[in-house]
Amino acid sequence: MDMSAYPLELPEDDRPMVRFMNVTKRYGQLVVLDSLDLDVAEGEMVTVIGPSGSGKTTVLRMLMTLETINGGVIYVDGKPLTHMEKGGVLVPADERHLRRMRSAIGMCFQHFNLFPHMTALQNCMEGPVQVLGLSKQEARQRSEELLTLVGMIDKKDQHPSRLSGGQQQRVAIARALAMRPKVMLFDEVTSALDPEVIGEVTNVIRKLVNEHNLTMLMVTHQMGFAKDISDRICFFFGGRIEEQGPPGQLFGNPQRDRTRQFLSAVKEAD
Amino acid sequence: MPIWEFLETYGTRLASGTLVTCAQFVLSAVIAVVIALLAGLGKLSRNRLIRAISVVYIELFRGTSLLVQLYWIFFVLPLLGITLPKFVAGFVSVGLNVGSYGAELVRGAIQSVPKGQWEAAYALSMSPAKRMRRIILPQAVVIMLPPWGNLLIELLKGTALVALISVTDLMFQARQINASTFLSAQAFGTALVLYYILARFLITPFMRWLERVMARRLGRA
Amino acid sequence: MSFHWRWDFTWEILPRLMWATVNTLIAAGAGYAIALVLGLILALAQRTGWKPLTLAVREFVEFIRSTPLVLQIFFVFYVGPQFGIRLSPWMSGMIAIGLHYSAYLSEVYRAGIDAVPRGQWEVCRALNMSVRNTYARIIIPQALPPSIAGMGNYLVGIFKDTPMLSVIGVAELMHTANAIGSESYRFLEPYTLVGLIYLAISLPTAGLVRLFEGWVRRKLGL
Repeated sequence: MDMSAYPLELPEDDRPMVRFMNVTKRYGQLVVLDSLDLDVAEGEMVTVIGPSGSGKTTVLRMLMTLETINGGVIYVDGKPLTHMEKGGVLVPADERHLRRMRSAIGMCFQHFNLFPHMTALQNCMEGPVQVLGLSKQEARQRSEELLTLVGMIDKKDQHPSRLSGGQQQRVAIARALAMRPKVMLFDEVTSALDPEVIGEVTNVIRKLVNEHNLTMLMVTHQMGFAKDISDRICFFFGGRIEEQGPPGQLFGNPQRDRTRQFLSAVKEAD
Repeated sequence: MPIWEFLETYGTRLASGTLVTCAQFVLSAVIAVVIALLAGLGKLSRNRLIRAISVVYIELFRGTSLLVQLYWIFFVLPLLGITLPKFVAGFVSVGLNVGSYGAELVRGAIQSVPKGQWEAAYALSMSPAKRMRRIILPQAVVIMLPPWGNLLIELLKGTALVALISVTDLMFQARQINASTFLSAQAFGTALVLYYILARFLITPFMRWLERVMARRLGRA
Repeated sequence: MSFHWRWDFTWEILPRLMWATVNTLIAAGAGYAIALVLGLILALAQRTGWKPLTLAVREFVEFIRSTPLVLQIFFVFYVGPQFGIRLSPWMSGMIAIGLHYSAYLSEVYRAGIDAVPRGQWEVCRALNMSVRNTYARIIIPQALPPSIAGMGNYLVGIFKDTPMLSVIGVAELMHTANAIGSESYRFLEPYTLVGLIYLAISLPTAGLVRLFEGWVRRKLGL
């Protein structure tokens, strides 16, 4: 597709929070994502499921600009994220553009990635103070509110090494929220956790869905949880969306063979 | 003076210096390896006296400078009735100095052979000496070869100090040429390049080759 | 000359050797300071992502590390005047020793930075932190504790290499011992004392470095 086919900005009446338009990602010869088209509406919770190697984590990492893309354009809030306008056409974005656009997006990782040399509170304050330029006082207030939200306020002065996996992940969620992103990405946030603490993290996410108008994109292996809280499920297979729809439909009445095979394999493993 | 003219005039002297450096390197490397094995095993010995001697040797030579050791061996030892010719004093000093660092590599490598290997050899009722020689050391050698590669580069650099007791090595020749011609950049620059060639294109490839050979003998190719 | 330890001579030369020890420590400290800063520059220069620079710096580091320090000291001291730059023995000594050890320290830093998990870089990006803040506030504080052991080793190493400065006439310990030897024709006492002074400083330093490492780890909550 010619670059001129991509609009410089999405029209007012067709402006999802996130739009993947014809996005392709390759590692050398291997095609990880093949001309992906995917919209996420404002306030929508979309869960990506699929077998490993289907490209589902790559979707989140591209949106966080941790991966470059090889074709297509990603739009956030109507404006191009991966590209910028130059002389009336879109060209690959430079670091400055990426930094400006990236601030709309927050991400939580499978392995939490808390800063080990900072306390829970310092972890949450780091971004607001250093990146957003908030005063220490404002950042502290905001962080303490969020640590309360995730139920970690009583551990705010602990270093990550003193926290359990579930506690670390909750701090990581607070840290991401402290940047006030419009879009939150959850990349297998329960995969590294012991079974008995998964609930404390999923409950936090559930709370976010119910009480906050955040746009969220999640990759998970927890089918029950995904079914409960998602507005829409996308089943990825071989770098494409094989099937998508509301959870009731996708889990209750899948249309495609591959979806059925995947879901029954997952059910057996449970 | 252009560099090729310089090399034409002084090439033979630099070459003979390089040969002396190579000889010093090989001889001190032999001493270093042997004494490193002895002291490294000695530090792990059950015998208190052997352990004490090894520790004192290691700390003494690691705690002071090679140059101090060299001068002591060359100037002070004769007072004890041990007079070494300067060539011998040179490689002995360098060998003893590097051996003390090597001893720690030997000890560390032996200790990092998995405990299960000791226990398996013990379960086969091998004698301690046989256990060390047949089971532990071959595995320890593979572990310690890469750091020995770095240590041998340090050893090569250490041999440059023997010039200070007038052993006619590469360093010595470079100084002589510099003193008589004041062509410092050429004299010292050429010597630097020659040392670099020895380190990068002889010692390092040799150690890589040795690593491969030893790994293959352990069936890890 | 005989193997007979003379205590009166020992007491006579000890003050002189003590002063030389101070000079030695100054030389080691100054050289180390240069090496710490220059080493960081060399380490970061290899991370710019610009291939030619990375390769050039790598090769430079290799070159410095595989050639003798004593030769580098001579090179710096004598080559300057050939091109009309006259450096004092102290100056050339500090440059040579600082440069030499910066190559080693750059490797220590590099290993420390490489040991920081990739996820830490990614989360800095996800939090939209600048490159400067990422290094200064997140990466370097984490790269530091595992680097301290290596940095300490090279502190002791630079101290033990200061005798080489005697060859261009820096009045440190070895130079002073040589001078005493050639004045009095007695080598036993000066050279032995120099050895003991080195032992007395380098052995405790190694222990102190270990304590310091533990302290930093606790301080950073690791």
